[in-house]
Amino acid sequence: MNILKFFTAGSVDDGKSTLIGRLLYDTDSILADQLEALQSSNRKNDDGTIDLAILTDGLRAEREQGITIDVAYKYFQTDKRKFIIADTPGHIQYTRNMVTGASTANLAIILIDARNGVVEQTIRHSYLVSLLGIKHIVVCINKMDMVDYSEAVYQSIIDKYKVLAQQLKLKDVNYIPVSALKGDNIVQNSDRMEWYDGESLLHFLEKVDTDNLDKSQLARMPVQWVIRPQTDELHDYRGYAGRVLSGTFNLNDKVTILPSGASSTIERIEFFDQAPDAAHAGQSVTIHLKDDVDISRGDTIVNATALPQESKLIEADLCWMDGRALDTSIMYLIQHNSKVTKCKISEILHKVDINTLEKHAADEFKLNDIGRVIVKTADALAFDLYDDNRANGSAILIDSRTNLTVGALMFRAAVE
Amino acid sequence: MSTYNFDYLDELEAEAIHILREVAGQFEKPALLFSGGKDSITLVRLAEKAFRPGKFPFPLVHIDTGHNFQETIDYRDKMIERIGERLIVGSVQESIDQGKVVEQTGKNASRNALQTVTLLDTIAKYQFDACIGGARRDEEKARAKERIFSVRDEFGQWDPKRQRPELWNIYNGKIHKGENVRVFPISNWTELDVWNYIRRENIELPSIYFAHEREVITRNGQLMAASPFLNMDDEDIVFRKQVRFRTVGDMSCTAAVESEAVLIDDIISEISSSKISERGARMDDKVSEAAMEDRKKGGYF
Repeated sequence: MNILKFFTAGSVDDGKSTLIGRLLYDTDSILADQLEALQSSNRKNDDGTIDLAILTDGLRAEREQGITIDVAYKYFQTDKRKFIIADTPGHIQYTRNMVTGASTANLAIILIDARNGVVEQTIRHSYLVSLLGIKHIVVCINKMDMVDYSEAVYQSIIDKYKVLAQQLKLKDVNYIPVSALKGDNIVQNSDRMEWYDGESLLHFLEKVDTDNLDKSQLARMPVQWVIRPQTDELHDYRGYAGRVLSGTFNLNDKVTILPSGASSTIERIEFFDQAPDAAHAGQSVTIHLKDDVDISRGDTIVNATALPQESKLIEADLCWMDGRALDTSIMYLIQHNSKVTKCKISEILHKVDINTLEKHAADEFKLNDIGRVIVKTADALAFDLYDDNRANGSAILIDSRTNLTVGALMFRAAVE
Repeated sequence: MSTYNFDYLDELEAEAIHILREVAGQFEKPALLFSGGKDSITLVRLAEKAFRPGKFPFPLVHIDTGHNFQETIDYRDKMIERIGERLIVGSVQESIDQGKVVEQTGKNASRNALQTVTLLDTIAKYQFDACIGGARRDEEKARAKERIFSVRDEFGQWDPKRQRPELWNIYNGKIHKGENVRVFPISNWTELDVWNYIRRENIELPSIYFAHEREVITRNGQLMAASPFLNMDDEDIVFRKQVRFRTVGDMSCTAAVESEAVLIDDIISEISSSKISERGARMDDKVSEAAMEDRKKGGYF
């Protein structure tokens, strides 16, 4: 059994929280006392049934206003797979929260209200999915019960969406007609839409290839911590502890340590009481090298035959996440895996109107703005392009005045 | 390229180890909050996997309400002996004796809320900048929104509206003096995941997690262990029952569940089919719909 992380894009009006509530409810993932709390709550649907949306609205302000403000994580499992849902808000003022929820997901569910079809926010959500490089997309045409389960309505919406998908170069896009409120095609296939011969949403989620395991040859491990017991019997023990970001390290592999450029060979791989022959993407291990090289936190061990790029000038997409606008005259900190260095945003190349996808020149970057910039770093970063290797192609910006995380960066090119 | 098995427990474990090592790398004076419960026991195993054969780069901190199950304290002392790490105890009784908090009165009196003051005092005394805890997002809906690195201001308060975005697997532990970060490495684990992991790793637990016969009373529809810490009167009828505990909090607010589960396999099948969630057996959460949110804002774990 493995894990599928997905996020849902849509607003409360599209029935997003109801959809998640429905998945939890129909997979028996709501426990008796939670259900009891739900039933005693005074929020009900018009027909008196339980409002499933309450299940995902965690904070007091959210319950009062009936909206989702922050990312909520929900968990359920079937006998096939464990699921982690990032329930993200859909309104434009919460774009940063959606980016946050999407950053760890390998699948996105985009909700479209069957009555309204492809609207501005569908474009916005789909753009964010393409920006963050989400591998799989399920477009759920929701509220089919409100359009008499009409195949013609469904077909005209997906025809329109396909044009958008092509424009955004989205790859694996799938379509399912559903009613989250009535439960059609969520867990069970609905007999009210016999014209639809595809799978229910849950069956699709159970089967989709998760890509949890990165199969690329780009073996990368940022060093988080050096284990040095310094006891009499382990006097010379020096283990480099980290999580393999991507690729595979095997015993005797030639490796390069960046930024120093030093070379060595993998002598031993440890995982607690085991000494495996290889360390794969996703695993947290300890690596020993044959040579005595100077390595500390912030350095990266990489495969010597597939080196990352190294640069102090990087072209990147930036999503601005702070109430205080970007200031191109000051220094920020950039955190790329375990490495932190100073940086400046030296140039704004363009900003994207995420409702229309138009690019335009800009000299300011405010909360929820997204666009292309050039980052100038104090120390060179050893990175891959985001589309090649998400884990080594992303970074955050920190404002050292407030210590807040103010930006998300996706690396697109090294600037020569 | 070789194939390998990496199932959901391996993935959760690897993520938690990564988070623990980030704490080690980013903070000057971290601590691991140890309650003697299964979640913090799991954290200790994860810390062993993250840092052995080295020492832990942090001490264990136990906030002792003084109303413990003796089994938990015995377990704690034995475990510390085995792992050879440093234990710091913050005492709620001491906070009461110093007049910093006032013991609750009445039938439902509990020291659970008082722990917050002792916790914050202990953090201040040792100047901890990061406190690792075993909270999980599946426990409660306010927790479902909390970050893995959760910043608290100098009054220990959590501000749910000012949480930092947490992207990819990058954790921003930068703080100002006086602030500290609560870190939750098993945020993405469910109760069942923890039990499956304990079974897989063959981790020993305090005996109260398993079914045993004990004297109980019924309080607000729940079974509570009869103890000197519970304010009891003539209306409370003490009887013996086969029970177990799903959490090991303060004796005055941790309810028992009727159970026949004497082995870990029994517990896992009991939870898989259970109709009451773990925090449902915590009376402190029942106060209001926003009870946890309010306590977290005030500096609670």
